[in-house]
Amino acid sequence: MNRYTPYERLEIIRNKNRPTISDYLPMIFENFIEMHGDRLFGDDLAILGGIATFEDMPVTIIAQVKGHNLEENKRSNFSMPHPEGYRKALRLAHQAEKFHRPVICFIDTPGAFCGIDAEKRGQGEAIARNLMEFSLLRTPVISIVLGEGGSGGALALGVCDNLAMLENALYSVISPRGCASILWKDASREKEATNIMKITAEDLLSLGVCDGIIAEPPGGAHISPQLTAENITNYIHDTLKNLHEIDIDSLLKTRYDKFRKIGEFLEPGR
Amino acid sequence: MLEDLLKAVKTRFNDEDKGNGKSKVSIPSDLLFKCPRCSSVIFMEDFENNQKICPSCGYHARISAQERLKLTIDKGSFVEMDAEMDSVNPISFPGYSEKLSSLRAQTGLRDAILTGECTIRGTRCVIGVMDSRFMMASMGSVVGEKITRAFEYATEKQLPVVMFTASGGARMQEGILSLMQMAKTSAAVARHSQAGLLYIAVMTDPTTGGVMASFASLGDVIIAEPKVLIGFAGRRVIEDTIRQRLPDDFQSAEFMLEHGFVDMIVERSRMRRTLSRILKLHQQS
Repeated sequence: MNRYTPYERLEIIRNKNRPTISDYLPMIFENFIEMHGDRLFGDDLAILGGIATFEDMPVTIIAQVKGHNLEENKRSNFSMPHPEGYRKALRLAHQAEKFHRPVICFIDTPGAFCGIDAEKRGQGEAIARNLMEFSLLRTPVISIVLGEGGSGGALALGVCDNLAMLENALYSVISPRGCASILWKDASREKEATNIMKITAEDLLSLGVCDGIIAEPPGGAHISPQLTAENITNYIHDTLKNLHEIDIDSLLKTRYDKFRKIGEFLEPGR
Repeated sequence: MLEDLLKAVKTRFNDEDKGNGKSKVSIPSDLLFKCPRCSSVIFMEDFENNQKICPSCGYHARISAQERLKLTIDKGSFVEMDAEMDSVNPISFPGYSEKLSSLRAQTGLRDAILTGECTIRGTRCVIGVMDSRFMMASMGSVVGEKITRAFEYATEKQLPVVMFTASGGARMQEGILSLMQMAKTSAAVARHSQAGLLYIAVMTDPTTGGVMASFASLGDVIIAEPKVLIGFAGRRVIEDTIRQRLPDDFQSAEFMLEHGFVDMIVERSRMRRTLSRILKLHQQS
């Protein structure tokens, strides 16, 4: 059982040594071949995509790229994708569908980038399109939140058959800073906001959003990236095995129902 | 009541102090309308007689869901769906329950959207109308569920859907559940689309955030009202990120048309006729 408060977890996932997809990739997969570009506008290095083998099985990997230092973060725009990143993701997902490969998404972003060019190129449309198309994708999809899952920019890689979160990962509709700024008109009350927002893996499990929690070593994933990678490998192994046993029409129905039943409301007489 | 009024006047003064000095006139808000786009001030009565459109710049101001229905559909044809659904406070968010109760009393709505079946110039369709008076029509569980059910019903009955969108985005107060409504509604649109059925999205002021990044952007045909705000990220968020002021027409309907994200801009006075023509064209195949 994780004893860290939500805010302590926020500090853990912000640790600059926290492993990113670049660390995990060689520990979990083999034969990775990177693919670039959305075929429409350009290539977005905030999202890494390609094919690889997982236990000898071909898979498609789509991942948001955090960096360990300023230079890496500048290259990947602090893991805040532009529309072309989401469109690259969708292109690779359709490629996976064509070649009957499962898709494994890694979510690790504070959110989709907010800027003039992102708006001009249709940030909202790109995210919306992914939500719609991933719901129909005729191949298994697993999404794993590695650190931060920030709002729609995270969800665009999160329409899946199985959503897992690393033990200290957080997934939220708005950043804690943003929440504090709206709620109390004071962004510096981030800590308080983090603790009331219900954004931990356990919270999301109980709200029916998250399907599984992947353990991290005591202190956080950076204490032993190797051990964390093994836990992720085991999770993918078990989940893929289960998903492969389901025929594709049932899989799509189950995926629809997974999101269909999320929400809480009152309705007399029903 | 009096307290609210004083607060409103005070806020108005403060806003003007902060502003660029375009207007120093303080006026009772129920007699005059000040256009948020061009700052023109006109008599409320004239503004209302003009379907709440600014006569100077053509900005199409926000109207209630009830007013929208009246302007759009055949009189007496509306059969509301899921009228009894109420929001709860699923993550015990501070102040949310109180906010819901006071808005229900103020607006006469249960939440930020009305959905139902109707006819538009004789053509049957499923319609949804969001109402910005209710928490800026943010999408929580109720809004998401009603939209999803509307699309599911339309898919089952082989009906087109007309959705008037307006929203500040996902409803923060319901946390991750609100975010998931984006996926839920988009999946329902996907099924409706796969059944070969028509979905017309009409973007009204403001269509932003998680609503813009889900079902609102997925129409086969996307219409916008003139001068309305359409965008993914909030203007202030972008200005803070890039540290410069954005041009006035940024994220307007016209901006979205220019960049290829809406099919057409249609004035309020022509909306009913335009919807009817598009609906009828899709009945012929």
